[in-house]
Amino acid sequence: MAVVFERPHALCDVRLHYCAGCTHGIIHRLVCEVIDEMGIEGETVGVCPVGCSVFAYNYFNCDMIEAPHGRAPAVATGVKRARPDLNVFTYQGDGDLAAIGTAETVHAATRGENIVVIFVNNTTYGMTGGQMAPTTLPGQVTTTTPYGRDPKANGYPIRVCEMLSTLTGTAYAVRTAVDTVPHIRETKKAIRKAFENQKAGKGFSIVEVLSTCPSNWGMTPKESIKRLQEECMPYYPLGVYKDIDAEGGETK
Amino acid sequence: MEKVLMKGNEALAEAAIRAGCKCFFGYPITPQTELSEYLSKQMPKRGGVFLQAESEVAAINMVLGAAATGTRVMTSSSSPGVSLKSEGISYIAGSDVPAVIINVQRGGPGLGGIQPSQADYWQATKGLGHGDFHLIVLAPSSVQEVVDLVSRAFDLGDQYRVPVMLLSDGLLGQMMEPVSFPEITAKEVDKSDWAANGTKMARKHHIVNSLYIEANDLEDIVKERYARYAVIEAEESDAEAYQTEDADIVVVAYGATSRVVKSAVNKARAEGIKVGMLRPITLWPFPKKQLCAACENAKAVLTVEMSMGQMVDDVKLALECKKPVSFFGRTGGVIPTPAEVYAEIVKLNGGAK
Repeated sequence: MAVVFERPHALCDVRLHYCAGCTHGIIHRLVCEVIDEMGIEGETVGVCPVGCSVFAYNYFNCDMIEAPHGRAPAVATGVKRARPDLNVFTYQGDGDLAAIGTAETVHAATRGENIVVIFVNNTTYGMTGGQMAPTTLPGQVTTTTPYGRDPKANGYPIRVCEMLSTLTGTAYAVRTAVDTVPHIRETKKAIRKAFENQKAGKGFSIVEVLSTCPSNWGMTPKESIKRLQEECMPYYPLGVYKDIDAEGGETK
Repeated sequence: MEKVLMKGNEALAEAAIRAGCKCFFGYPITPQTELSEYLSKQMPKRGGVFLQAESEVAAINMVLGAAATGTRVMTSSSSPGVSLKSEGISYIAGSDVPAVIINVQRGGPGLGGIQPSQADYWQATKGLGHGDFHLIVLAPSSVQEVVDLVSRAFDLGDQYRVPVMLLSDGLLGQMMEPVSFPEITAKEVDKSDWAANGTKMARKHHIVNSLYIEANDLEDIVKERYARYAVIEAEESDAEAYQTEDADIVVVAYGATSRVVKSAVNKARAEGIKVGMLRPITLWPFPKKQLCAACENAKAVLTVEMSMGQMVDDVKLALECKKPVSFFGRTGGVIPTPAEVYAEIVKLNGGAK
């Protein structure tokens, strides 16, 4: 009988700790499908962050390194510079990447560091219980913005892909989502392209995936998807922000 | 063997390349910058990696990444920069990967000064980051010893899977001395059972990690590390004893300060005062046995440092307060003079002979 669906080899056969309705599981799977399809698991090293995906080292079958909070791009740089033959990716959340790790992210990009960054943006600090993130939307209630994020006091959310697309060293910056089947397929294509870029030595590739956090948003999974589409996507438009392969390598 | 005249920082950099250091990640800071500059010239020519990071924080995390692949890697900084590295050093220790960290000490606290200092002794030996852990800390006292200890630092790190600090200072870093580079054979250490360098689909994945969410698991891991520390304490503590056999007074000093102390000891000896010097070469593990042996017949012990008195605590602990221990130090970048140390020795002796 033909096998039509199976667990990617690169995804460990363990139970993930993510909450019901969270999209980390889908994104893990997409990364692993790409690793399988490219046949690179044995020559790949992943770097996990501090945050919800802190235990990702137990979920990916390739060699894994746990980085301090925000430092994954620096750790990945160390791996890649020491061993350019390895494929290196980081898997980071928005607090990790866009607050405490801003310097490491921006400088890995501007160096054109030949790595892949998978950036999961759910507009909150999930693991610590739903505090304001650098990506939290204006008005969004979190445990540290109990009256809603007030830009006058807390500033404005950072649009990471837009920011990184201005850097010459960035090869590819794309924002996707996994709220619908077509979007899931686009996300996988983007992840594949990012890994192919690394193989071809093109430089820094970042795939930002808009994600949900039903637990900390205080919503059902269905309501979370609705919020993602109605509130997050307008602030964080999906699309390719930079692609050096596109005509002229123009930014969006 | 041929000798060349070299600045301490450059000699250290050259010695690191010869010891098999393949990657260097750093950030500019006085008074260690020549070290980075030397490596930026030499590493690309000699098959190594030099990368100037965006911060000390990033540099030490690049070290973590390279070390995790089993590659010999080093970073260097000076006092304020080392404080920034402390986060990464704690993770490196907690992840059981070897790395060499250089501190060319300057005066502190805060931005402090740029002159030589030994005020980071506590930081290096007791507090380089959060959690239960140690670094091996080596303290050279000449440019030649800087060279000799660099390869030892890499070997010790690999052997015990611990971070190793070479605690230099602005004096050793900036001064020039004749130095020779002995043939080095780096100890071959098999890293295949832990390095994250690709499974090749031939083994289970390796995880380089310092997170253990179950308290009992974390306690077990820390205890295993402390069992290794016990071996290091038993096997690796090192010190130089200078004229201590018949000494009534033993002066304890390390690094550049020991050079000043030696001059003072020689002057006092010439005048008939029975004084010697014990110079710790490993600051952690602290050479307790060597110190106790050197002080066995001493009536008084004097610790001299370029600080307000930090190592003196370890001297007192090692001697279990059985001997009177006094302290003399200059700080803020001021170097004690032989005359000042001589005066302290004479004071302890109850006057000149």
